[in-house]
Amino acid sequence: MEVILAILVGILFTAGVYLLLRRSIVKFIIGFIFISNATNLLVFMASGLLAGAPAFIRDEGGEKIIMADPVPQALVLTAIVIGLGITAFTLALKYRFFQVTGTDDLDQLKRTDQ
Amino acid sequence: MHQALLIYLTVGGAAFLFPGVGGKRRALVPALLLAGFFLFFLFKLPFIAETGAWHQVILWIPELGLNLEFLLDGLSLFMVILVAGIGALVFLYSRVYMKEYQETGRFYLYLFLFAGSMTGLVLSANLIQLFIFWELTSVLSFLLIGFFHEKAEARRAAFQSLYITGFGGLCMLAGIILLGSIPGSYSLPAWLASSAAIRASSFYVPGLLLILVGAFTKSAQFPFHFWLPTAMKAPAPVSAYLHSATMVKAGFFLLARLAPVLGGTPEWKYIISSVGVLTMLVGSYLAISQKDIKSILAYTTINGLGILVLLIGINTEQSASAALIFLFVHAMYKATLFMMAGMIEKKTGTRDIDRLGGLARHMPVSFIIALLAALSMAGLPPMLGFLGKELIYEAKVELPGINFPLLVLGVLSNILMVAVSLAFLYKIFLGPPRRYAVAPDEKGWLLLAGPAVLALFSLVLGLFPDLIGNTLINTALPVMHAGAGEVDLKIWHGVNTVFFLSLLTVFFGLLLSWLIIRKTTLLEAWRRMNNAIFYIRFSELFSAAIDRFIAFSGRKEKVMQHGYHRYYILTIVSFTALLMWGKVILGGVEWPEMHVRVESFFIPVLVGVMVPAVLYSTLTRSRMAAIIDMGVVGYGISLIYMYFSAVDLAIMQILVETLTVVIFVLVLQRLPRFAILSTRRTRIRDLTVALVFGSVMTMVALFAVQANVPKPVSEYFQDRSLTDAFGRNVVNVILVDFRAFDTLGETVVLITAALGILVLIGKKTGKI
Repeated sequence: MEVILAILVGILFTAGVYLLLRRSIVKFIIGFIFISNATNLLVFMASGLLAGAPAFIRDEGGEKIIMADPVPQALVLTAIVIGLGITAFTLALKYRFFQVTGTDDLDQLKRTDQ
Repeated sequence: MHQALLIYLTVGGAAFLFPGVGGKRRALVPALLLAGFFLFFLFKLPFIAETGAWHQVILWIPELGLNLEFLLDGLSLFMVILVAGIGALVFLYSRVYMKEYQETGRFYLYLFLFAGSMTGLVLSANLIQLFIFWELTSVLSFLLIGFFHEKAEARRAAFQSLYITGFGGLCMLAGIILLGSIPGSYSLPAWLASSAAIRASSFYVPGLLLILVGAFTKSAQFPFHFWLPTAMKAPAPVSAYLHSATMVKAGFFLLARLAPVLGGTPEWKYIISSVGVLTMLVGSYLAISQKDIKSILAYTTINGLGILVLLIGINTEQSASAALIFLFVHAMYKATLFMMAGMIEKKTGTRDIDRLGGLARHMPVSFIIALLAALSMAGLPPMLGFLGKELIYEAKVELPGINFPLLVLGVLSNILMVAVSLAFLYKIFLGPPRRYAVAPDEKGWLLLAGPAVLALFSLVLGLFPDLIGNTLINTALPVMHAGAGEVDLKIWHGVNTVFFLSLLTVFFGLLLSWLIIRKTTLLEAWRRMNNAIFYIRFSELFSAAIDRFIAFSGRKEKVMQHGYHRYYILTIVSFTALLMWGKVILGGVEWPEMHVRVESFFIPVLVGVMVPAVLYSTLTRSRMAAIIDMGVVGYGISLIYMYFSAVDLAIMQILVETLTVVIFVLVLQRLPRFAILSTRRTRIRDLTVALVFGSVMTMVALFAVQANVPKPVSEYFQDRSLTDAFGRNVVNVILVDFRAFDTLGETVVLITAALGILVLIGKKTGKI
């Protein structure tokens, strides 16, 4: 299982980096989303993979049950939401960039600040 | 003491915070404050003489050994009285001198801050704190030299002094940290307590050298001396205060402070005294060949600083007392002479020695003041300078070992000093009168007040040396040289070696000055010879090196900062990937065990769907397909979360993914189609980098799964979730209860992003 997921993480990073290196901004944003997904998955994996044991407390005062580690989940949850914020903002920025410059090419960005 | 500094900073700061208030009278505020310092510390003298020291510690970052420590002992008292006393007089002088210039408020502010930093410097007992004040004086010196910033020369001079003293300051900091590791503290008393350990350590020589670079650059020692004459582009009060009386003495002060800790070794003795001798000779020799009166004074200052450093290098009881007296004498006459030079420039419009002459007729009072100061500089009786010179000779005569060459060179340098003082005094005030655009006068009594007070001090103290000997010097002496007795200052020492040396000096000095006055060709020949010998102009060489360095940086910057976004990313990613692979391969990391156990077919099937989606999304030329496939990947990840017990994550991922796809599609309608922008080679290169990075991330993931971290935090949350927060879903409870502030911060981020989007989308025209 872990090996399969680790390979998936690797593929996501590969695709993400490849897209980051493209000149089209839309591709850049897709690459960014892949990388943030892959990172979340990586952090999640580090907490240990445990199937069928969500972090719910079932009954009061009972003996301790084995459950998934809640802290990495909370962290990843935060990361997902922040990721959305960044993605949405980047998209808006991109939209504005295209409106002003009329191009999708990141290399053109070099000139606008001069 | 820190209260005194605080009062100084608040009152003075308040005076300068409001630009139009007070007008030109604002110069009086720092003058009064400094006069207050002068009196305050003067009245502390009996207390210090009795108890030895007044040590104040205010804890700041005690874990790092950074505390505010102020130490008032004989040495710092001696220095602070000079700094405050001369400072007050210089402010009075500037009040008239700076009258006709613009932006005098800025000038006074800098000078005021400088006086405060200098006071802080001499009172510091923590070496890091001392370094901070040290750098402050460097920066303020930079600002003051460059005060006439519209002149390119002044700017260059300012930068030059900043580069050199800043470089020295950094070396000094390194030295302090290096040596501070031995006693484990930056506090001066701690250093004193473990001085033997410091001297025995293997860090001693490198640490000493680094600190010496700091002291030598600040005190303009050869080969760093050249910044001081260049710094004469500053207004005259600055030259009088910073570049003769106080700041350039900071190097000497540091050495005097550290002499009980670091002194007494052969390294200390030979390095410091040889640098001092060289500087002394270079200063006195070059002084004669100068034309600009302020340059002449600058080189004589270099000579004086060389003598001081030489004396601290010899480090005997006599040399310590000679150094203290000479420091005092030098500050007195040099500040006087610089202020007189400034006045002469003001009144005649020139600083060229060849165009000055016969000024005694127009400026009789100035002549008397300058005469007193020049006599003191020449070391002639009845001035205090005479005593200083006698003591220096005595220190050298009684020195075991290397005294003979030192004596010869010392006499030589003093002969030159006598000649410089008398010949140029004669030329300026008594020599053939010149034509001046406006007849010079002595209007503005404040211009004369400061120099007059200092010159009279030199005279009175020369006649009654016990006034200073029994008070300031005898209190300061034990600090520099433990167990030192009392110094006995008198004008007539009887007929002994020192007396003959003095006679010799005066005789040849007079002869030389007579020659300079009578035979102008001699002086011309001297200048020519000097230009031939010293064809290397340190100052210009230094500036050229700096220019070349800046040009080099500019070229390098164009290569490194090319402005192409993707190359930055490429550099960062490939470097990170290589580092991580390096760690995996060479770092001796244990390879993770591979468990290719398939517990259920759910995950393999899911990944089997996701991987083609990733690839298709990456490679397709259809924008819509790319986004939909991206969505597929996102939903797939949410299913992975779901399978591995992270219900909340799964729900959030589905929501976010849906939103992302929707927003993307909305924006996409208004964007152009994908175009093939890069060549095949570029794509292959990018793919290689991406593969190297992705594969190392797979390794990281495999390591990550096997990292068994103890989870006390998680257990705490699990135990308390129901009892304290009444929630059964632990992840939820963490987010909204235990770590609610984090969630609040997250909300703020989202709102900020939303506001940003609103602004970006809302605008119809214009630029980004």
